[in-house]
Amino acid sequence: MKLLILLVIVVGIIAVAQLAKIYQLSARLRGHREEEISEADTRLQGSLWIVFMFVLFGTTIWQFVRYGDYLPPSASLHGEAVDTLMGYNLALVIFVFFVVNALIFGFSYKYRYNKNRKAHFFPHDTRLEVIWTVIPSIVLAVIIIYGLQTWSEMTGQASDDSLRVELYSKQFDWTARYAGDNDEFGSTNFNLITPLNPLGIVTQEGIDQALLKIEDKIAKLNGELSVEKGHLLAEKVELERSLHPSDDHGHSDHDDAHHEMSEGYKNNLETRLSAIDDLLDSGTSKVMTDAAYEAKEDKIYRLKRHRQRILELKNYEVGEALDAWEIGKDDRIVKSEFHLPIGREIEFVFRSRDVLHSAFMPHFRAQMNTVPGLPTRFKIETTITTDSMRTILDNPDFNYILLCNKVCGSAHFNMQMTIVVETQEKYDAWLSEQKVYMAEKN
Amino acid sequence: MGNINHKESFVSKYIFTYDHKMISKQFLITAIVMGILGVSMSILFRLQLGWPGESFAILETFLGKWAPGGVLDRNAYLALVTIHGTIMVFFVLTAGLSGTFSNLLIPLQIGARDMASGFLNMLSYWFFVISCVVMVFSLFVEGGAASGGWTIYPPLSALPQAMPGSGMGMTLWLLSMTLFVVSSLLGSLNYIVTIINLRTKGLSMTRLPLTIWAFFVTAILGVLSFPVLVSAIVLLLMDRMMGTAFYLSDIFIGGEALDATGGSPILYQHLFWFLGHPEVYIVLLPALGISSEVIATNSRKPIFGYKAMVGSIIAIGFLSFIVWAHHMFVTGMNPFLGSVFVFTTLLIAIPSAVKAFNYITTLWRGNIRLTPAMLFSIGLVSTFVTGGLTGIILADSALDVTVHDTYFVVGHFHIVMGLSAIFGMFAGVYHWFSKMFGRMMNTKMGYVHFWFTIVCGYGVFFPMHFVGLAGAPRRYYDSTSFDFLDSVADLQPIISTFAIVGALAQLVFLFNFFYSIFRGQPATQNPWKSNTLEWTTPVEHIHGNWPGALPEVHRWAYDYSNPAHDEDFVLQTTPLKDGEVGH
Ligand code: HEM
Ligand SMILES: [Cu+2]
Ligand SMILES: [Cu+2]
Repeated sequence: MKLLILLVIVVGIIAVAQLAKIYQLSARLRGHREEEISEADTRLQGSLWIVFMFVLFGTTIWQFVRYGDYLPPSASLHGEAVDTLMGYNLALVIFVFFVVNALIFGFSYKYRYNKNRKAHFFPHDTRLEVIWTVIPSIVLAVIIIYGLQTWSEMTGQASDDSLRVELYSKQFDWTARYAGDNDEFGSTNFNLITPLNPLGIVTQEGIDQALLKIEDKIAKLNGELSVEKGHLLAEKVELERSLHPSDDHGHSDHDDAHHEMSEGYKNNLETRLSAIDDLLDSGTSKVMTDAAYEAKEDKIYRLKRHRQRILELKNYEVGEALDAWEIGKDDRIVKSEFHLPIGREIEFVFRSRDVLHSAFMPHFRAQMNTVPGLPTRFKIETTITTDSMRTILDNPDFNYILLCNKVCGSAHFNMQMTIVVETQEKYDAWLSEQKVYMAEKN
Repeated sequence: MGNINHKESFVSKYIFTYDHKMISKQFLITAIVMGILGVSMSILFRLQLGWPGESFAILETFLGKWAPGGVLDRNAYLALVTIHGTIMVFFVLTAGLSGTFSNLLIPLQIGARDMASGFLNMLSYWFFVISCVVMVFSLFVEGGAASGGWTIYPPLSALPQAMPGSGMGMTLWLLSMTLFVVSSLLGSLNYIVTIINLRTKGLSMTRLPLTIWAFFVTAILGVLSFPVLVSAIVLLLMDRMMGTAFYLSDIFIGGEALDATGGSPILYQHLFWFLGHPEVYIVLLPALGISSEVIATNSRKPIFGYKAMVGSIIAIGFLSFIVWAHHMFVTGMNPFLGSVFVFTTLLIAIPSAVKAFNYITTLWRGNIRLTPAMLFSIGLVSTFVTGGLTGIILADSALDVTVHDTYFVVGHFHIVMGLSAIFGMFAGVYHWFSKMFGRMMNTKMGYVHFWFTIVCGYGVFFPMHFVGLAGAPRRYYDSTSFDFLDSVADLQPIISTFAIVGALAQLVFLFNFFYSIFRGQPATQNPWKSNTLEWTTPVEHIHGNWPGALPEVHRWAYDYSNPAHDEDFVLQTTPLKDGEVGH
């Protein structure tokens, strides 16, 4: 392949060199002016339009033959309608493409320059103009009406007995969530996200756990700050000065103050001082740049804000709200592959943790952005199981797939999840085996 | 101003010049430099897309640590795509196209000595240069350039911890674009004022060449929409630097729950596309204006349906402000709101269709001189139709759900921008080269350039529709891990090969362009036998454009092959004959 590229480049360079020669040659032709197009050129350029037309139309047809079945039949009900709509639209568009381009290229050839002819003076014709305003308008009206019909059907309200599945995106993977036995999703809050609670489901335990996690972090950071060498040294100097004021300053009024220092307080200072000495001697102390120190302080500040937001949540912990929170306890959480029952209406609810992503399921003709802070929805009705699709395509490895279709960072191109469509029984069996959120605790 | 040719220093003549003709050349050459950069980037990432994971020594040579072992790094891939898009859309097709041709043609075609304000014009160019420099510089900072795509959607672009490119590179991107908007506003205001105030005697609005109409509406679109981009950018900067939450809410990233609540990432998209959609017409309208002029001149026929053409330009300009959310059908926007945007978007296809049919009727029974400029203009009509047609599919929200953010969209907008608008630019360069440099470009090389470009252009962007229909997302560094895309996998190397050949063919143009500046055949005053006023100025550039009094206009710009006259063209300055009905 590299060789091919190299070849292309070499050929290109040779071509340019040749062209420079042509330039000079044609420029030297006596009496020839650049703006005068010779008859031979006119003939050649005119004919090239016809050649180009055949090449363009030929390759277009070839592409339709070869790639026209761009996707397998739709595996969702609305997708069938979308495919039909797409079929009509493509047919119309391709028809106009052929006709209009044929006119453009044909006229360019047919009416090429002839010095014995004068062009037909034809500045306007109201009748014609009305015709080609009205005809496109009618065609477009049909497209709009037909298109919007399909649109309003597919975006309508999901029915009450539809199965709700949540798809949750983050850099760079998906998580699916199913409601537990209570058939309801627990509410979520992004402040509660921890490795054990990746979706931030609100439960009493979730809250406690998140708070614990934050306390740990704050403690750890405080620990790191408390052994910073520069700060320790500064504190030491300060302590020594308080304990032995006469060493550097001799003002009597200050001295009085220090003499009044209680024994207990003095002891405290001395204990601290020896602790600092221990830290410095034992090598536990670390040197940190000012920037790093401040960054840690800043981080602690943000963690405290985070804690505050969770505590505010906790304030609602009265009466029924608490019960409502526990709804999420039995939600089931699934990674890398999720299953759907056949013939059911599924309402997807999409949420995102960090940036925009887009849940794209080409085989179901479905796509919806996932937006942090704004849950979105899309409903489909499954029509073909994975197994049947494998038979249809004669491909035992075929799988439906969910991909990310909104650029979201470096691994955007590899954010996928397999979708399995199967019978209700198999689906039920599969679901019952999935991990229940908080299960490891109960 | 006046037409006195006073002595000038090098600096005041070539650098901080007030002269619209020189500024136009400055814009063109800067845009060509940026264009070379943008196209080269596309070749670098097309190598990765065509032959994923293969090692190319050339990548390591050019990109160093961004392509270790000759394989493009995934962050570098995103940075390249982002900056490629930004450069091509804004620096080449907005500043390059409007900056060059509005500057050159507005005074010359309306019979003015210069722009209303030469000083603002100069400022506009230099803001553009600074913004280019900042953008190019951003490639070299820590973390690399902005990498969230040319639309830089937050939160990705708002959070430095979300990706390397959202650090310093993104800040510079925002700075560069702000400078760019300043440049664009200065330019646009100047164009508007000049067109309204400085038309020469007899040149009513209804006699203006369509180029001027296109530049006029383009400038208005720019003035109304670019400030909204600045608002979007300022809010984003504040979210990045001052802890505000316009676009952010409920975010947990890098192991931390952020403070920000109550903002909406979708708000940014509304603001961005309120500029973004008019922007595509800011790019396209000047190209359509140029091709109107080129097609009429070279068909030796009046442009068909002048009034309808003006009407369509205005209608497109107006409608382009109320369609923006067609980029947002799958953001969770209310479906009914989506329907409204489906309706307005498809309305735009009507004036677009009218324009296409009028071009075709102009060709019909013409006497077509197939100059390079004419070839590019014909190519523009073809690609405009093709790209507009795929737009109809995208505008249908039910269908957009299946192709949004796939290669189908990439194919669509490259055919209308990457081909149509660029063709318009090339047509303009070939057609008005002699007005800029007093010499002619080589025709034969123009032919070679054109045929390579259109064949490779269709070769690159047409197959992308099939790739997209098969479900291949855009901005994927590598899609080989998806078995279901195997069916279109063989298109990727084909596309990349066409891209490489097409890019190399541009060398023919570059050679022709720069060589002709110095060695091209000296031009005559009116080589294309055209009607418009710029061809009544001397070949040599002079301050004030016309040596004597300003020309007076007696007719519209399109009296080609008028049966009342023997010649097949009639200069706008030619008085009406006895009994002739004027336009
Ligand atoms: C009949 C005319 C047109 C219609 C109906 C139309 C419609 C659309 C629609 C609906 C989209 C959004 C697709 C998506 O993101 O899923 C789109 C994208 C786009 N269109 Fe058009 N379009 C038309 C003409 C043009 C023209 C003339 C240009 C430029 C010269 C253009 C440039 C773009 C660009 C740049 C994008 C993609 C932006 C991005 O996501 O990066 N379109 N078009
Ligand atoms: Cu993603
Ligand atoms: Cu748009």
